[in-house]
Amino acid sequence: MTRLLQRLLGRLPIGWLQLTHNPMRFAAALVGVAFANVLVFVQLGIMNSMGTAVLQPYSFFSADVMISASDANALTDGGNVARQWLLQAMADPDVVDGIGLFVGNVPLDRASTDIALTTFGIDPTKPDFLSPLIADDIALLQVQDSALIDRLARGLPRDEAAAIRPQSPLAFETQGRTVTAYSTFAGGGGFGGDGYMIMSDQTFLSLFPARRSAAPDHILLRLRPSADVDATVQRLRKLISDPELRIRSYADAGQEELTYQQTKRPTGIIFGFGVLIGVLVGLVIVYQVLSTDVADHLREYATFKAMGYDQRFFMGIVLEEALILGILGFVPGVTVGGTILTVMGKVTTLPLAVTWSMAATVFVGTVVFSALSGAIATRRLAAADPADLF
Amino acid sequence: MTEDPIVLAQRLNHWFGTGSARKQALYDIDLRLERGSFTVLVGPSGSGKTTLLTLIGCLRLVQEGSLHLMGHELHGAEEAQLVAMRRRLGFIFQAHNLHESLTATQNVMMGAQVHRGVAETAAGGAARHILGLVGLADRTDYLPANLSGGQKQRVAIARALVGNPDLLLADEPTAALDKDSASEAIDLMRRIGAARGMTTLLVTHDPRILDRADRILTLEDGRIVADRRTG
Repeated sequence: MTRLLQRLLGRLPIGWLQLTHNPMRFAAALVGVAFANVLVFVQLGIMNSMGTAVLQPYSFFSADVMISASDANALTDGGNVARQWLLQAMADPDVVDGIGLFVGNVPLDRASTDIALTTFGIDPTKPDFLSPLIADDIALLQVQDSALIDRLARGLPRDEAAAIRPQSPLAFETQGRTVTAYSTFAGGGGFGGDGYMIMSDQTFLSLFPARRSAAPDHILLRLRPSADVDATVQRLRKLISDPELRIRSYADAGQEELTYQQTKRPTGIIFGFGVLIGVLVGLVIVYQVLSTDVADHLREYATFKAMGYDQRFFMGIVLEEALILGILGFVPGVTVGGTILTVMGKVTTLPLAVTWSMAATVFVGTVVFSALSGAIATRRLAAADPADLF
Repeated sequence: MTEDPIVLAQRLNHWFGTGSARKQALYDIDLRLERGSFTVLVGPSGSGKTTLLTLIGCLRLVQEGSLHLMGHELHGAEEAQLVAMRRRLGFIFQAHNLHESLTATQNVMMGAQVHRGVAETAAGGAARHILGLVGLADRTDYLPANLSGGQKQRVAIARALVGNPDLLLADEPTAALDKDSASEAIDLMRRIGAARGMTTLLVTHDPRILDRADRILTLEDGRIVADRRTG
């Protein structure tokens, strides 16, 4: 390692030699950096899973434009939308079709489980509004009180979910009715529910008698393949000039909800602070290690100053140490952080994992913030006055 | 002598502190050091020896008077110029100040690599060579913790000499050494210095060193009160 660094740096790797001179302190410093990495990984993992979980239900459907109530910050939030706006939107030449989307929370009452599924009601005669992976089973929903159930739902035994087929459906009680799941799709537990369920709008309305077919939660529109989505949205906003409505592209709706969940909702803000605290902990640990190291070697640094080494040389040593700590601390950090996320993901069924992009972000962040700590620590070098050596 | 002196101080004054706490450390110092000479600076504590040494060593800014080092005026010189000048000097301190994490060779290499453009292998070779000259050929890979006090000071001497300095400045280099080690260290400085045409200015309280000097300067209360040439 010494020879490799010597070749890379073109000088003696004094930072590396200093760090490894005291193995116990070096190990403690690496544990500290790794700990900060683990904090960041866990918080980022949860934030990322929130992003995945928020966008997950959007992936069940296929649409170009979504019309929602103005207070609908999320797919599962907000007031209803009058179906008349669907008919009004159809007047636009680029709108080819539309459906009402109903959303509700359905408790699943079974002997062994007590879970709540976010349930969507749709028109079962329009498969184009479902993602291709789900659309194949849409005909099953035309049977009253039938449903497609999330096979990754929290609390639903995997083997039981895997056995669900039209020939061996799963029947369960909910809202005082028996609902039968004839097939499954892949969803997963989110922050607002244990999983998902899709059924026909008629079945949905029979589970929620207070809801009316004329007032879905959202309206989904499909446009002609060559249509300009943004231009159509602008036209629809003029056509349906109701301030109580939000008319957005379907893609924008998902991103806006993601932003809302991460920046306006307490959970997103808390996890964001968690990342910040992890970064600060790492910054403080690396700074503490480096500034102590500088303080311990002030006489040696002063000697080097007397010999004619300039400030750039000393900054090079401290940055070398910072980068070594950052890089080597990252390795156990990503290993432990990844393991914790995997275990948490299995327990909660949230999509928790270290992704390549997350690992790259944390690695770059670790290196940058370690270098920043090192740059701050070099201020202590000013105390190394060679005249004091005499 | 007609050759330019390596050090030429004229009416050099220096103070520490400000306001009412201001105290003058050097008074109108006039000093000329010839190239290749071995000069010892003696005097009681607080007489200004170290202040003079640090001014010549470009470690303090000249406040008043003129100080020429190797033909360059240090009064008004900028930090970058002082750093560049220091690369042409060798320093030996009372404490060895070796880097604890570096081997003897690596410590000495630091003295060579301060000169930009000196390759790693060349610096290593020069370091091992000079460690051989100071009798530490069999200790090149030792860390300072595994060397005796005399050996550490010999490594420090090697570090000061490896860059072939024009001027060697030493402050009490034998203070922490026993009689034999002290004698050995001075012999090394004289021998290698003479072979390389190097000038030495050495501050000491050690009377054992005086008979090795070409010239003995005595400083008292910031003034040179005696200048004796022994050669």
